[in-house]
Amino acid sequence: MAGARRAAVVGIGQTEFSKNSGRSELRLAAEAVRAAIADAGLTPADIDGTVTFTQDTNDELALARAVGIEEIRWASRTPFGGGGASATVEHAAAAVLSGMANAVVVYRAFNERSGHRFGQPKEQVTSPAYNFYFPYGLDAPTKIYALWFQRYMHVYGLTNADFGLYSVVARRHAATNPNAWFHGRPITLADHQNSRWIVEPILRLLDCCQESDGGVALVVTTEERARDLRQKLVTIEAATQSNLIGGDVMFNYYHPDIARFPEAEHSARTLYQQTGLSPDDIDVALLYENFSPIVFYLLEAYGFCGPGEARDFIADGNIGLDGKIPVNTHGGLLGEAYIHGVNNILEAVRQLRGTAANQVPDARRVLAATGRSAVILGTE
Amino acid sequence: MPRVIHPVPDRDDAFFWEAVRAGRLVARECSACGRIAHPPAPMCAACGGGEWVERELSGRGTVHSWIVSRHPSQPDDAPRIVVLVDLAEGVRLVSNLREIDPADVRNGMAVTVFFDEVDGCWLPQFRPQRAAAGQAGGA
Repeated sequence: MAGARRAAVVGIGQTEFSKNSGRSELRLAAEAVRAAIADAGLTPADIDGTVTFTQDTNDELALARAVGIEEIRWASRTPFGGGGASATVEHAAAAVLSGMANAVVVYRAFNERSGHRFGQPKEQVTSPAYNFYFPYGLDAPTKIYALWFQRYMHVYGLTNADFGLYSVVARRHAATNPNAWFHGRPITLADHQNSRWIVEPILRLLDCCQESDGGVALVVTTEERARDLRQKLVTIEAATQSNLIGGDVMFNYYHPDIARFPEAEHSARTLYQQTGLSPDDIDVALLYENFSPIVFYLLEAYGFCGPGEARDFIADGNIGLDGKIPVNTHGGLLGEAYIHGVNNILEAVRQLRGTAANQVPDARRVLAATGRSAVILGTE
Repeated sequence: MPRVIHPVPDRDDAFFWEAVRAGRLVARECSACGRIAHPPAPMCAACGGGEWVERELSGRGTVHSWIVSRHPSQPDDAPRIVVLVDLAEGVRLVSNLREIDPADVRNGMAVTVFFDEVDGCWLPQFRPQRAAAGQAGGA
């Protein structure tokens, strides 16, 4: 988007990440939003737009009442749960670049451990779309995703210990991030292999993201306004979603080759086309990993390595802090917390500001990708 | 016996479950252009048609991927093999694979549909295709 007007992330805020916050989801959202607005050097009255997930329980007006936002002119929500995590930034950028809003706050807050736990098996069909899955036993995300991952393992000849290579890296990064739940608690591959089976022989406990309580928020405005604000400029270089016909959010079983992630491949192509960048130009990658194998899919989809090469790519040290492409420098959803992937965007901003706990020197282009939405943030 | 979460059919998929209860595996075929869709949709994405004929499927296919479904912290009465089956007609669907030990399941193995009432719910299920004379068992 050279020469085009850009949007910028000017503030970030969060609560602590825990297993039992002891307060309401709305309180978590309000704390995170207040913190992000203050970080930007703005006041609640400066905010006139909101973006959150369709799944977020925090009503926009309830949030406005708690925080002091006087008028919301743009309110939108992104689809598909964590798949839409990076789409929040796309929405916010669209709002401010079109002039529909001046300053948009993105928020995601929940008690996903002490309250409603996403990973628990469902007990009944709540949508006709589930009729073709739940009756056969696919009633929890672990099992639903494992049915993709088995194909990946079959096609490329991997075992569960190969997925553990990623878990070790995530926990190593979390271990030196004071913001991470697993701060100070790295694991070895043996720890991974000793953790209990969740879906044998595909996923163990240490392949799964955490369950977390917490809230995160960020403030987006135009680059012009951002230049007058207090934080180092972090621009939104490109943002996109890819939701393909024939695809499905969790039950993504219908593409010809489910050892690949076509939505992520499309997102990658769009981002690289919009920015003129290539994988070699990306300094840090935040890759949404509800389960460790998703990192393998995303490394390949974004061209950091070829199809089926992620195992060796990780084993060779390429995703560590001093590797070719440092991945999930905060510890990811396995190590830092599961704030539905929006905590990854905060880490992207910290890397570009130079304030990350595990700072990658001179990071200028950072990718924050889920399987279905992605952004590249940049700095000068 | 596994506990089954029963489907709650609506107007777009009731035909499928009615057919299963009658011992038939079907998909909707667009009356206008002949496209087969599964899972079913209320409109043909190829031509916009909204009329269908029920196409009975062969029920023969191969295993695309599979897992053993059990829950680690809650008693799961009887772990089941969940399979993604590529049917001969080019349709892919989720089902269970029965009458085989998990150690013997292979990607690409040939399977055939049958119908069973599991925990009070009629479901299409699959079993290994029995090799007949002059017919290879695997794929």
